[in-house]
Amino acid sequence: MTQTASLSKRNIISMNGLKAEDIKVILDTAVSLKEISTRTIKKVPTLRGRTIINLFFEPSTRTRTSFEIAGKRLSADVINISGTGSSTAKGESLIDTARNLNAMNPDILVVRHNCSGAPALISQFVDCPVINAGDGTHEHPSQSLLDLLTIREHKGSLEGLKVTIVGDIAHSRVARSNILAMQTMGMKVKVVGPPTLIPVEIERLGVEVCYDLGQGINDADVIMILRIQLERQNQGLLSSLREYSNYFCLTEKHLSKAKKDTLIIHPGPVNRGIEIALDVMEGPRSVILDQVTNGVAIRMALFYLLLGESDADTN
Amino acid sequence: MRTLIKNGHLIDPGNKKNGEFDLLINKGKIEAVEPRGKINETSDIEIIDANGAIVSPGFCDMHVHFREPGHEYKETIETGSQSAAAGGFTTVAVMPNTEPVNDNRSITELIISQAKETAIVNVLPIGAITKGLKGETLSDMGELKAAGCIGYSDDGRPVSDSELMRRALEYSKMFDLPCIQHSEVLELTRGGSMNEGIVSTELGLKGMPTEAEDIMVHRDISLLPKTGGRLHVAHISSGGAVDLVRQAKAKGLPVTCEVAPHHFTLTHEACRGYDTNAKMSPPLRAEPDIEMIKEGMRDGTIDFIATDHAPHDLVDKQVEFSKACFGIVGLETALPLTLKMVDEKIISLEKAIDMLTFQPNRIFRLDKGTLGIGKVADITIFDEKTKYSIDPSKFKSRSKNSPYKGWKVRGKILRTIVNGKTVFKNN
Repeated sequence: MTQTASLSKRNIISMNGLKAEDIKVILDTAVSLKEISTRTIKKVPTLRGRTIINLFFEPSTRTRTSFEIAGKRLSADVINISGTGSSTAKGESLIDTARNLNAMNPDILVVRHNCSGAPALISQFVDCPVINAGDGTHEHPSQSLLDLLTIREHKGSLEGLKVTIVGDIAHSRVARSNILAMQTMGMKVKVVGPPTLIPVEIERLGVEVCYDLGQGINDADVIMILRIQLERQNQGLLSSLREYSNYFCLTEKHLSKAKKDTLIIHPGPVNRGIEIALDVMEGPRSVILDQVTNGVAIRMALFYLLLGESDADTN
Repeated sequence: MRTLIKNGHLIDPGNKKNGEFDLLINKGKIEAVEPRGKINETSDIEIIDANGAIVSPGFCDMHVHFREPGHEYKETIETGSQSAAAGGFTTVAVMPNTEPVNDNRSITELIISQAKETAIVNVLPIGAITKGLKGETLSDMGELKAAGCIGYSDDGRPVSDSELMRRALEYSKMFDLPCIQHSEVLELTRGGSMNEGIVSTELGLKGMPTEAEDIMVHRDISLLPKTGGRLHVAHISSGGAVDLVRQAKAKGLPVTCEVAPHHFTLTHEACRGYDTNAKMSPPLRAEPDIEMIKEGMRDGTIDFIATDHAPHDLVDKQVEFSKACFGIVGLETALPLTLKMVDEKIISLEKAIDMLTFQPNRIFRLDKGTLGIGKVADITIFDEKTKYSIDPSKFKSRSKNSPYKGWKVRGKILRTIVNGKTVFKNN
């Protein structure tokens, strides 16, 4: 890496505040780092001697693995801590956990937590940068960045694209990060779902709200399908998954009326046949696995940019 | 020993007095109030030179949580009373959500005896409406009154069961004390930690809609005509609830309400950055609600100011937002925040003092809150002009949870006098 780019933010907690230039730098950096993962020897010495701690208080396969692989491909030492195996399970407060980890001088903390705002809280008590890997129903910035990278790869550019996000907007941290980031990049965002899963006053974030899937996607360049969670039924937000599917499962029938080159993305994990039909998921317009590949590149880019090129280049 | 407070600007809303008066205290009672310079200064009189400051009846806060017994690490009756004195309050009413709950005579007596031993201001207990605040059976309201309680409340929780609330209003009538309701329909606020609106949407936090307050206020008002009890709405925060109280008052129903300073000086925007010091119940509301609260203060729908003083230790506040306790240290910022309403021309200075002194005492039928001749000498002297910056680390309260750190305000308590004795003096 010869570029000397850096970000205007020290912590990646929200897409709010990341400027278009920041996002562009992250995506460009990811593009140049992506090639490393295609080599036989998938490792460069860039972050040798650096320590990254993955602090995951919530179960995760994809995101945790993605951060771990990203760190390892850059030769950083990656430590994984899960909620159930940590002192939190013994009653230690979040801040005490953070302070203790900080005392071991990590270079980056990657945090996933089921409470909105937990990474923001931790960032006040540690000296290293914090990356939010998903907090409650707040945000999931790296997911949004990998979505943008995937879209840019397939569409060439981001500006002016129309995106429709379908599903449980109210509880989606992916939706929140994307609504902010996509608008920063000059894209137009529409959200589609049952009114019970659309958060109050979401229009004030500049998005259009629609309760009809067909109408919602007819002019979309990108359709993002969100995972619907089974417990919403018990909370009285859904009558049944079956009825949800009747109205919001993306099928070929819907797509026949959509743009020919519309792109379908999903943050995963997918409930096959509930929010997206099998044939659509595996069809030519779906780029769900590209998203996963790009996830590693995005996280490599974040590590690289946050740890700076200061001494990384000289190694 | 007699004490003369001279050179002050005396404001006594209960007696419609506002001007340059001197005040003489004798044996803990107010002996004379005369135009400046009319009271003879003899050598046996202690002189307090107010030097142009405001001399007001002692402030009265009908809604505080002193955490004793049970949670003394947050506050005690002693530290709470010191916080009160520093805020200019000479009388406070303590809510019963202690551990154990103040739902019987022995706890009421414990609070009164602790107050007698350790408190530097008057501490009046409020008894529970239902045993254990469980909302299942009525507490022994007669016994609670006999032991010294001045009202009933399950504060922190609403009385959800409509039948039980109806009975509470009926039964309390026998003892002529009001039922103070924390108005919240719990089904609508389940899991919530802030006001429902654009900010809760952005922060990804479960919201508590204003309807939860409105519906409960509406229900309780509906129960009034037949029961004849007295309803006092605690910490009103929604515009809809203010409207409902206004309409009920116009019909002559026995309903009153109070507002906490944080509900007219802060909006839900204060929760941004997940500042748990801005986590309150009821939550900080949106701008339109704040405007309606101010209108309610202006037109008298809102009777008085009460702080809902809710001290919490860092272990309860320096945590994930959704896990943090609700509340704020209120006593030591009440005056400067109330004076903001004077600055905004919502209320006059005289009305502000009225809402901190005469009105709460009138509604709770206590013989306090004025500077009348023969009354107990509970007096607050404050400088309304000098600007200063709020510094929670200097609070006398055992807890420091306040979102007002660094606010530039005016209204500094110079001296608090209880029963003729100075209990707080600002140096």
